[in-house]
Amino acid sequence: MGIELKNVYKKFGDFKALDDVSLKVDDGELLALLGPSGSGKTTLLRVVAGLDFFDEGQVLFSGRDAQNQKARERGVGFVFQHYALFRHMTVFDNIAFGLNVQPRKTRPSRQEIRAKVMELLKLVQLEWLAERYPWQLSGGQRQRIALARALAVRPKVLLLDEPFGSLDAQVRKELRAWLRRFHDEFHITTIFVTHDQEEALEVADRIVVMNKGRIEQAGTPEDVYHNPVNAFVLSFLGNVNFFHCRLEEGKAVIGNTTLEVPGLSVDKPQPAKLYVRPNQFKVSRVFSKAAFKAVVEYVNPAGTIVKINLKTESGERIYVEITQEELKQLKIRKQEKVYVSLKDVSYSEYVKDNS
Amino acid sequence: MSARTEPRIVRYFLISIALAFFGLFIVLPLICVFHNAFAKGWVFYLKTLEQPDALAAMKMTLIAAAVAVPLNLIFGVAASWAIAKFEFKGKGLLLSLIDLPLSVSPVIAGLIFILLFGAQGFLGPWLIAHNIRIIFAMPGIILATIFVTFPMVARELIPVMKSQGNEEEEAAITLGASGWKTFWMISVPNIRWGILYGIILCNARAMGEFGAVSVVSGHIRGLTNTLPLHVEILYNEYQSAAAFATASVLALLAIITLIAKSAVEATIRQGQRQ
Repeated sequence: MGIELKNVYKKFGDFKALDDVSLKVDDGELLALLGPSGSGKTTLLRVVAGLDFFDEGQVLFSGRDAQNQKARERGVGFVFQHYALFRHMTVFDNIAFGLNVQPRKTRPSRQEIRAKVMELLKLVQLEWLAERYPWQLSGGQRQRIALARALAVRPKVLLLDEPFGSLDAQVRKELRAWLRRFHDEFHITTIFVTHDQEEALEVADRIVVMNKGRIEQAGTPEDVYHNPVNAFVLSFLGNVNFFHCRLEEGKAVIGNTTLEVPGLSVDKPQPAKLYVRPNQFKVSRVFSKAAFKAVVEYVNPAGTIVKINLKTESGERIYVEITQEELKQLKIRKQEKVYVSLKDVSYSEYVKDNS
Repeated sequence: MSARTEPRIVRYFLISIALAFFGLFIVLPLICVFHNAFAKGWVFYLKTLEQPDALAAMKMTLIAAAVAVPLNLIFGVAASWAIAKFEFKGKGLLLSLIDLPLSVSPVIAGLIFILLFGAQGFLGPWLIAHNIRIIFAMPGIILATIFVTFPMVARELIPVMKSQGNEEEEAAITLGASGWKTFWMISVPNIRWGILYGIILCNARAMGEFGAVSVVSGHIRGLTNTLPLHVEILYNEYQSAAAFATASVLALLAIITLIAKSAVEATIRQGQRQ
């Protein structure tokens, strides 16, 4: 089912939780709502579910206004951040709940419910937990049971609030991959909320970056990562170095250093803010005029990439990432001098010249 | 083991103060009640309790509790549900109103009903004209009991419900459950121990209430006496053994309440460990 939000506003007192939010979610899409806490992403999810009311605007389900549709009529599967499993019921009864509360006319028979629950338990690979209670499960198991419970009523939309937020790293990775596979198999329209950019980039078809109740950018992971529309999106999607500079044709002047910026063209020299990802630097031992002279403060080669902290002559700190191969060639160590130039920049924005 | 830094003498001193206090103010009176109750033997004890007036007082106490407890249960669940799960204007006022009976002296509470329903009271003439008796009759006793036991259930449930939050109810609703089904299948089971605990406390207070009931009852023997009032009457008539025999019934009730309370508390603790 496709979902559309048109100019939705929502306030809690003076706090704008949603500020003119318009968003279209296509049928069968896996969408990530990404943003810092308080950015309105959970509120957006709850508005879609019908758990929160909005002040102005319109929410459409398959093109039809959902205003008068109650939460229980929306056919929405909601998985809560802390799972919200029914603590006094077994895993089996938790999953069967949505079927058991259906009106007698549409309710499946006991055998059908049993079969359905076992099928879902199999889907989440936890058949052997049917008679346990929620408190007897681990976090990852609870999460999967919560998913199975939401799926039991054959939702047309699946909404996940920070689905992997309170799990440890290993389990989180597994469940992430599982969600992606699950979505590829069943194609249920899915929106999940996360503050973890890596999670969003890895799992989602499309990412919606939110900040202060507004949508900053919506696009494919590739798109938002490589073509951020503003500094907020840029810095939220991974580490970034920031410089005050003066942009000239093909060059960026930072302090006393003039760095070459390949492919940069400007109408006239202007002061600007320059944003550079850690992997957009070139580190060299060979002197170059178009490079920062810097001292290596810290090298961390543990991982697939090598993380390096540098301090330039003028005292600016730069965080750089290079490959293991590059490290092998450079053989740099703490306290050594290196030259840092730019391969590329992520994003630059002009600032008004105050001088 | 937890670190013990106090010298032995300080520990023993503090423990003995606590034990002495406990013995003097709780154990000794309790023994005294039962000792005096049986001062004239088993036969007298049973005879006292078989007196028509005593039986009538017991009946009145049971009726008052039987009406007040269920009503306050319904009210308590509704009020705590509203207070714990929703935000609305006047919530603070409602909370203070629920607590009001705890801060008002029971005698004043009784007087309020006299002022409202008594012969010279606000509604008195109308009630007399329609031949409805509230004061010095069973309705008055029940009303006074309801008033003083009003906060007992709600006070127990509000913290329980607040700590549980709304998520389970919201989950039930998104799964297609109606409000009614959500209430009975999710909310009530989650607060069932809190409810039981509230009922026990409410019942204990309802049966033991003296002040407010004393004002509205009129002390008509065999008609408007509850157990606590009956004890007072017997004692004032120097029938000390009979008074203590009757009092022992209330003491026994208190002990049973305590046992039930700790049993429920133990179960709740077990549930929390899970």
